[in-house]
Amino acid sequence: MALDSKIPNGPIADKWTNYKDHINLVNPANKRNLDIIVVGTGLAGGSAAATLAELGYNVKAFCFQDSPRRAHSIAAQGGINAAKNYKGDGDSVYRLFYDTVKGGDYRAREANVHRLAEVSSNIIDQCVAQGVPLAREYGGLLDNRSFGGTLVSRTFYAQGQTGQQLLLGAYSAMNRQIGRGKIKMYNRHEMLDLVIVNGKARGIIARNLITGEIERHSAHAVVIGSGGYGNVFFLSTNAMGSNATAAWKIHKKGAFFANPCYTQIHPTCIPVSGDHQSKLTLMSESLRNDGRIWVPAKLEDAQAIREGKKKATDLSEADRDYFLERRYPAFGNLVPRDVASRAAKERCDAGFGVNKTGEAVYLDFAAAIKRYGTEDAYVKGLDDKDTALITKLGAAIVKSKYGNLFQMYYKIVDEDPYTTPMMIYPAVHYTMGGTWVDYNLMTTIPGCFSIGESNFSDHGANRLGASALMQGLADGYFVLPYTIGDYLAPDIKMGEISTDLPEFVEAEKAVVDQINKFINNNGKHSVDYFHKKLGKIMWDKVGMARNAQGLTEAIEEIAALREEFYKDVKVPGSANEFNQELEKATRVADFLELGELFAKDALHRNESCGGHFREEYQTEEGEALRDDDNFAYVAAWEYKGKPSDAVLHKEALNYENIKLVQRSYK
Amino acid sequence: MAQSAQLNASILKKVAMALSGIFLITFLALHVTLNFISVISENVFNEVSHFMGYNPLIQYVMQPVLAFGVILHFVMGFVLTAQNSAARPISYARYNGAANASWSSRNMIISGLVILAFLGLHFYDFWFPELSYKYVAGEAPNATRYYEDLVHKFESPVRTGLYCISFILLGFHLWHGFASSLQSMGMHNKYSRFLSKVGYGFAVVVPAAFVIIALFHHFNN
Amino acid sequence: MKLTLKIWRQKNAQDKGGIVEYPIDGIEPDMSFLEMLDVLNEQLINKGEEPVAFDHDCREGICGMCSLFINGEAHGPDRGVTTCQLHMRMFKDGDTIFIEPFRAKAFPVIKDLVVDRSSFDRIQHAGGFISVNTSGNTIDANTIPVNKDDADKSFDAAACIGCGACVATCKNSSAMLFVSAKVSQYALLPQGKVEATDRVLNMVHQMDLEGFGNCTNTGACEVECPKGISLENIARMNREYLAASLKG
Repeated sequence: MALDSKIPNGPIADKWTNYKDHINLVNPANKRNLDIIVVGTGLAGGSAAATLAELGYNVKAFCFQDSPRRAHSIAAQGGINAAKNYKGDGDSVYRLFYDTVKGGDYRAREANVHRLAEVSSNIIDQCVAQGVPLAREYGGLLDNRSFGGTLVSRTFYAQGQTGQQLLLGAYSAMNRQIGRGKIKMYNRHEMLDLVIVNGKARGIIARNLITGEIERHSAHAVVIGSGGYGNVFFLSTNAMGSNATAAWKIHKKGAFFANPCYTQIHPTCIPVSGDHQSKLTLMSESLRNDGRIWVPAKLEDAQAIREGKKKATDLSEADRDYFLERRYPAFGNLVPRDVASRAAKERCDAGFGVNKTGEAVYLDFAAAIKRYGTEDAYVKGLDDKDTALITKLGAAIVKSKYGNLFQMYYKIVDEDPYTTPMMIYPAVHYTMGGTWVDYNLMTTIPGCFSIGESNFSDHGANRLGASALMQGLADGYFVLPYTIGDYLAPDIKMGEISTDLPEFVEAEKAVVDQINKFINNNGKHSVDYFHKKLGKIMWDKVGMARNAQGLTEAIEEIAALREEFYKDVKVPGSANEFNQELEKATRVADFLELGELFAKDALHRNESCGGHFREEYQTEEGEALRDDDNFAYVAAWEYKGKPSDAVLHKEALNYENIKLVQRSYK
Repeated sequence: MAQSAQLNASILKKVAMALSGIFLITFLALHVTLNFISVISENVFNEVSHFMGYNPLIQYVMQPVLAFGVILHFVMGFVLTAQNSAARPISYARYNGAANASWSSRNMIISGLVILAFLGLHFYDFWFPELSYKYVAGEAPNATRYYEDLVHKFESPVRTGLYCISFILLGFHLWHGFASSLQSMGMHNKYSRFLSKVGYGFAVVVPAAFVIIALFHHFNN
Repeated sequence: MKLTLKIWRQKNAQDKGGIVEYPIDGIEPDMSFLEMLDVLNEQLINKGEEPVAFDHDCREGICGMCSLFINGEAHGPDRGVTTCQLHMRMFKDGDTIFIEPFRAKAFPVIKDLVVDRSSFDRIQHAGGFISVNTSGNTIDANTIPVNKDDADKSFDAAACIGCGACVATCKNSSAMLFVSAKVSQYALLPQGKVEATDRVLNMVHQMDLEGFGNCTNTGACEVECPKGISLENIARMNREYLAASLKG
């Protein structure tokens, strides 16, 4: 099967407008006869559900949490990009488009990214109209901050809780439609399979997580907005419940899975403290606006710090190595995430790590506190030579910018980041890969759409900061509502789809069988035991730096672990009740397959690009070395019974507007 | 489509509580002032008491309004308390209320019930004899009897003790009640913060004055 | 650390439930409270017993899913944190720790420590939004300047994570802090003022229907709120409601 990305013809700046002008529309009266299922209620799913319901479709929305408001988009901290150019610093739609393609290491689809950049400013207008309290300046207008990988200030934010505020905005739009009865909300429900009737997605099988009941739900189209698969690493910044089950189930039913190896390792997370660790906590990238990253310049200092004999503050400026500023003078501490993460790993691997495990670098705010303090003292007409005063004033300003992050750090680590530098280390954060979709955001299964982090489309091999929120909302508010109408137009006279069709019966039986197998398995180990083992394989061999040998081993080890899992997993309790271990079991079963495909994809891609770094392919200076001649394509995998048998399909990436060059942030 | 505001809405019930409370606070201010006169001058006390007892405006307008305020405050207090306890049918095995709220704020119903019980005693001591004197026995007005009656009541150490305990509980009730009523009516700014401080002063001074009056008459005679 | 846990166990909504005691050893001060429960659950599973069910998701204090009542306080003895951010260094070796679900008539128990907080959702359905379509065809975001203080106060109210600690901790199980945070967020912004009257009437009406208790201004909610939502919001909602009532 050849992949057709369905990119409209014409100049890139006109594609989306022309497309919208010529698609099929469904008239309002007919929308009432069409049902749409939306799985996941984060920024993408939530905004899609609200918008589709406003348009008049009957929406059924599903989330595994107890309320749509708790989807993990809520944890996004730093901000959302938009090409508003309110700062007048030279920003434009083209520049946002260019930055995103370049940031993605030239592995994203141009047309999708341009569309994203075009609708970005609508998002801000929309959110302000919805009552999202974005940060403002004293004049009452919106404020911006800068983020990694760009030379302009285009990031809108709400303190360190931008994701929360945007999600609550989408949730409020959903509430309005739930109140009107246009969205039927299924909280604490998990999608466990997709139902395909006559080649088209027509429904899902879901488990009511409170009663354990298996339910059939039909619709004319199914939208998956279930997020990424970072939890395949067990330890990540994802929520405990974040899972790939919905995305993986549609993959097994025929949706191609694209670029699974593109995973973002975020540079600023709180380091692991022990074996008991259940998740990792991100500290927003916005901290790199003001924080300077360093390790000791001398090995003996690093060792003394690890042994507790010296403190960070004991080291003079000359004894510190600000390695990002040293290696990348142009972008300094604001290089993209993949670059920053690898640089930190390189220093730690060389023995310069600064915590007990040797896997941490410093993020230091002393310079920012001094700079802000001096400025503030000047503005207030106070003595700008008084060090104590300046530190106090500066700390207050830093607090107003990052207060909640500093407090979070203090609560977790029990150290005061205003006086001691923070310790940070990279952690798995976001997955650029995901379900393959065409320009319409439709997967290779007709009628099954994939939006937000769960698709692969906009970020290439690396995502820039503050672009995830942008993509989620763009897909849900402004893209899908058009493209899904075009798909549904022929179905207006179809009527409700029966859930008694044999396809539903069959899909339900498969789900029930899998659940019963887990319940009756009576193995020796808990689900977490296997999940942790999988995570360790993934982090050690499919993590920040990969090589052919490690990947080959990983593939074998994961397959063996999967076998052991099915033989030996122990799921207490019964199927017909609230059973959190059973929920985990069905999710980990899918991660155990996805992890293998992930490694297989990483092994096949004989180049380094963005979040995918193969040790065999690097420049002399240790930068990622792309191979555009052989790998400028999207790797879309087709499921054929098991991950090792997956078949590769290639979608060539044609760059007509941006010239492919080696990324440089020097 | 908006719901219309309903009289039994939780917020309006609280406003009723607040308004009646503030009304009763003004009454208390008057009451303590008049009573304190008894410590200073027997004659003036008799005069003002006689005025209060026979002025038609006070007897036929203010007294019913006061009664309504008292009854409203108590009835609403019971209704709200019943609703509040129904809102948590299964209680906690361990509940550390002291960790986050003052004793007085958590125990308004206890201080309120003590005040109610006190009111019974107070009526038995003063109001019922007064009614009986005026309406049952139908005796002629006598402008000199009040001080003596008052002093007589505080001869008993038990009664004096009960009065004092009630006044202390009244202090706790006022300590939370005054600031709380401002919040219930939607005041939360620098003015309400100032007024709250005045309220805390009131909650200490007024009950203390009542205690002093009771003790003065007990020990003075 | 060695601890004695006294945990509320309840099979399902119909079950009566009760406190069960579990001794636990080998807990490190750097563990989070939920990681301590993970350790307990792993031990229970390995012994063939049913693990303790509790709600949790993001484990970084923002999703509002975790909801434990620990030693008599919502989210435990620390201030400004959710249960998932509570660390074991707040406890001493040998402590006995009571762990109970958030209790209110409007938060019925689903299982063990998991409760149903959909009453909060229903209050939001009644009016927790601005009636504007998501078409993107609104005015430019900078057309209406918003006073920075108002915008900041609106944000402070909007920071509510809807965990329900205010209800759990309130001796009256009142939801006023939660509802007032939502009402305030919109009431403070020009965009939200347009339908402020309907919003406060509808949301308070729904709140009353759900069976929450009445606010008696004890202030406990503000103290226990992991996001420091201020009582000022409750006063604002009282004001808004009174004004709306007077409009008829």
